[in-house]
Amino acid sequence: MILHRCVIDCTFFTRKEILRLHGRYHELAPHLVPMDYTNEPDCKIPLALIVNMPELKENPFRNRIVESFSEDGMGNLSFNEFVDMFSVLSEMAPRELKAIYAFKIYDFNVDNYLCKEDLEKTLNKLTKEELTPEEVELVCEKTIEEADLDGDHKLSFADFENMISRAPDFLSTFHIRI
Amino acid sequence: MSTAGEQDADLSLQEEHESKTHRTKRRDGDRQKKKRRNERRKGGTRAGEGEEDLQAVSEKRERSKRKRAKSKQETSRRENNEEEEAQLTGGKGTKARKDIRNEKTRRMEKEEVREVDENVDKGKKKQGSTKKGEKKEDGGKQLVKEKARDIKKKKHKKAETRYSEPETSEEDDDEEEDNDKDVVRPECLSPEELEKLKEAVDERKKLIQSLRGKPWPMKKKLVTLRESQEFVEKYEGALGKGKGRKLYAYKVLMTKALMGRPYGSMPRKTVPRAEEASAMDFAVLWDFGVSGYYFICLLLYPQGYAQYSVLFYGYYNNQRTVGWLKFRMPLSYFLVGVGTVAYSYMVVIRTMARNANESGVGDDNSFNFSWKMFTSWDYLIGNAETADNKFASITTSFKEAILEEQESHKDDNIHLTRFLRVLANFLVLCCLAGSGYLIYFVVRRSQKFALDGLENHTWWERNEVNMVMSLLGMFCPMLFDVISTLENYHPRVALQWQLGRIFALFLGNLYTFIIALMDEINLKRKEEKVVKFNITMWEASLYNGTVLENSTAPPVTIHPADVPRGPCWETMVGQEFVRLIISDTMTTYITLLIGDFLRAVLVRFLNYCWCWDLEAGFPSYSEFDVSGNVLGLIFNQGMIWMGSFYAPCLPALNVIRLHVSMYLQCWAVMCCNVPQERVFKASGSNNFYMAMLLVILFLSTLPAIYTIVSIPPSFDCGPFSGKNRMFDVIHETLESDFPPWFSKVFSYASNPGLVLPFILLMVLAIYYLQSTSKSYREANVELKKKLQMQNEENKRKNKRAALKAQMDLEEARKTAQEQQRNNNASVQDQEGESFDFKY
Repeated sequence: MILHRCVIDCTFFTRKEILRLHGRYHELAPHLVPMDYTNEPDCKIPLALIVNMPELKENPFRNRIVESFSEDGMGNLSFNEFVDMFSVLSEMAPRELKAIYAFKIYDFNVDNYLCKEDLEKTLNKLTKEELTPEEVELVCEKTIEEADLDGDHKLSFADFENMISRAPDFLSTFHIRI
Repeated sequence: MSTAGEQDADLSLQEEHESKTHRTKRRDGDRQKKKRRNERRKGGTRAGEGEEDLQAVSEKRERSKRKRAKSKQETSRRENNEEEEAQLTGGKGTKARKDIRNEKTRRMEKEEVREVDENVDKGKKKQGSTKKGEKKEDGGKQLVKEKARDIKKKKHKKAETRYSEPETSEEDDDEEEDNDKDVVRPECLSPEELEKLKEAVDERKKLIQSLRGKPWPMKKKLVTLRESQEFVEKYEGALGKGKGRKLYAYKVLMTKALMGRPYGSMPRKTVPRAEEASAMDFAVLWDFGVSGYYFICLLLYPQGYAQYSVLFYGYYNNQRTVGWLKFRMPLSYFLVGVGTVAYSYMVVIRTMARNANESGVGDDNSFNFSWKMFTSWDYLIGNAETADNKFASITTSFKEAILEEQESHKDDNIHLTRFLRVLANFLVLCCLAGSGYLIYFVVRRSQKFALDGLENHTWWERNEVNMVMSLLGMFCPMLFDVISTLENYHPRVALQWQLGRIFALFLGNLYTFIIALMDEINLKRKEEKVVKFNITMWEASLYNGTVLENSTAPPVTIHPADVPRGPCWETMVGQEFVRLIISDTMTTYITLLIGDFLRAVLVRFLNYCWCWDLEAGFPSYSEFDVSGNVLGLIFNQGMIWMGSFYAPCLPALNVIRLHVSMYLQCWAVMCCNVPQERVFKASGSNNFYMAMLLVILFLSTLPAIYTIVSIPPSFDCGPFSGKNRMFDVIHETLESDFPPWFSKVFSYASNPGLVLPFILLMVLAIYYLQSTSKSYREANVELKKKLQMQNEENKRKNKRAALKAQMDLEEARKTAQEQQRNNNASVQDQEGESFDFKY
């Protein structure tokens, strides 16, 4: 496979890692993905195939992750976007970058705010809906109360960033190894 | 697409902007891209502005048609590159098209150069395409260009695009341009312009470096990268930094070569996927088990050859210097012992200080729920069972947090709680006292056995002390765990109490053991006196007749093995420690196998035919106890510190043991354990474990120091034999190996009159530092409080402002509505009137 230096400069991976990633990308859909990129094929793998990868299979936010990195918002990733996704989630990406994408991932309705519904969805995915609605309500209220700085009852990116930058576990948990 | 080429020729006589539109028409579907690119170029970057300035400057000069045509080609080539390397467009025929076009344009250009006059009007220039100065005659330049072309071809050999012909043609054009620039630019631009250009180039370089960290979509990144790279390439050459790219590549290479790569970034550093499953296979590990058994048997009885090996103290000779290098063996033995202890102290205290620095920030409670929500899921989880466990633990943690939030005002029955806690502590003290007495009793018994002769007793009776200690170490912590349920503490506090009690248990056991050891040492010393006496008698009997003790007898050759040996109490101490550590290891492994593995097997297989659910109910799988294991490691280390003076190879043995333990426990965790149910942040306990390590270090070195200082060494074994006290070796060294004035200085320095004031001074310094650190800590707390209050104030202000803004908006809307209504009403009135008018 011919690799372009540009992709190396745009992500945190080395050439070998990108080649290996291409191998993984190819085996997701061997009939769709060509091994030879010299003709610049414009192929995208659909969401359903990507979320079955072993690294993402057990993640409750897998759909949102793939959607945040796709250009069309529907989760169909080209190879560049695929590499970009794993690059941001790798341990070499800086905290600020991860915070930006984490915000995108948890923003279910893609309105650039983490409103109450977003938080409720996040919580239900985290606890597999084991909490009672009152408990969910309480937790979301407390979260907004803790992190909301401008008083609009939803979390903007600035609020989120302020909160996540002090979290000691963020870098170690928001990490996928491939 | 040959029309394109012809169009280019025509364009030589037209305005620039028209040519632009022609090009946009030519490119189907690229219009948007181009506009975007142009906008970006004319956009707000400082680099862009710098270039605009330069454009303005160079506009004043005359430019040739050839330059413009070349620039068109340059931009079209750039477009081509974008398409190629963005890998997102499908144009399959574009390459061929470009091919033909490039050839044609090149030919055209060469003609144009000779024909066309220079044109002054520049209007909207594309960035980077119009910086050419005056066009001088080409003749001389052709040669230069040829040379430059060759050089640059070599540079571009590594370029990874596949099509060589268009590439080289593009390169050629590039080189021609560059070359022209090389030749033309520095002469034509003033220093300020050069400066600005340099800044622009640096800006672009920084952008390229930082591109990885930008949150843009991949397409945008690639496009920006391409542009910036081309820009830098072009103008770096102009500024005389022709080797810039090579240097950059070299720098990148060196950084990669010198900096390590993290785990998982290279195949070598990652467990291959195929082997992941079998890496934990029990069968693989057991293959070593059989041979290991024999090795361990050998060590369990550190007698026989082992006793007279380097392993133990007694082996070392007491010669002052060894070998032709005059290595001071006894001195080094002593100093190594002292040095390792000092180094250990330093390391532990330094780690504690570092931990204290880091942990100051971590006690934040202000984002409890937010952090639980956004940082509790571990994205590395790929195993279904682990995921289930994680979901359960997250749910539990949320429920606990909710409970705490709701019950923060509940005041439980304090008196009952206090009573229960006192009761629990009383029970624990009884346990500790009981275990201490048991060990004492067992040690006494084994001393009696030893007097009777070891051969008459069973294996159990011979190794009673070690076995009892290990068993106590296994069962008492469980007992403490049960007792602690009475106390009803927060998990972290309960954990600390539990660890403290286990610590006390082990310490008690260890010190009872040492006291027993002291008894044995005294026994051995008495024995030694007897042996010494016997030796003199035996020697006398050898030299028949000579009664004098230090007579010059004829050398009677006696084999070293026949000489009667004194009992060597130091070796005995070393042996005891080795035996203790080995039995401790064995106990750990057996506990692991029975307590974890066997239990897991039973639970898994008996579950099918048992009345209640074994997995959820009573035995269930054992949890992986992190704190217990850490404690085990700490105690192991304590024993090593204690015994290493008398058994010098003990640390080496321990390294082997630690390696084996690691693999064994790694397997056991994956195979038989389940994660803890209550997960709470124990990272605040980092310094707790370090503090325990420090205490153990202090307590383990005490016995060794005591024996060095107060007990005279054996007369015929070890490096200090014959001396009155072990530390006499230092005195001896000072006297004989150093110049005489040194020992005088030393004796003055060790004068109590000097040492005591020094100690006093140090105590005062400690007190002073302690009080300043306390005041700093308090100031820190105050500042934190202030910050929090500020935050809340800001929040309140913002909320008020937002509310006010909302109200204003409402009012404005209301007034607007009213006005509209009024307008409508008046219009209606008017209409009504006009209506009336009509009629």
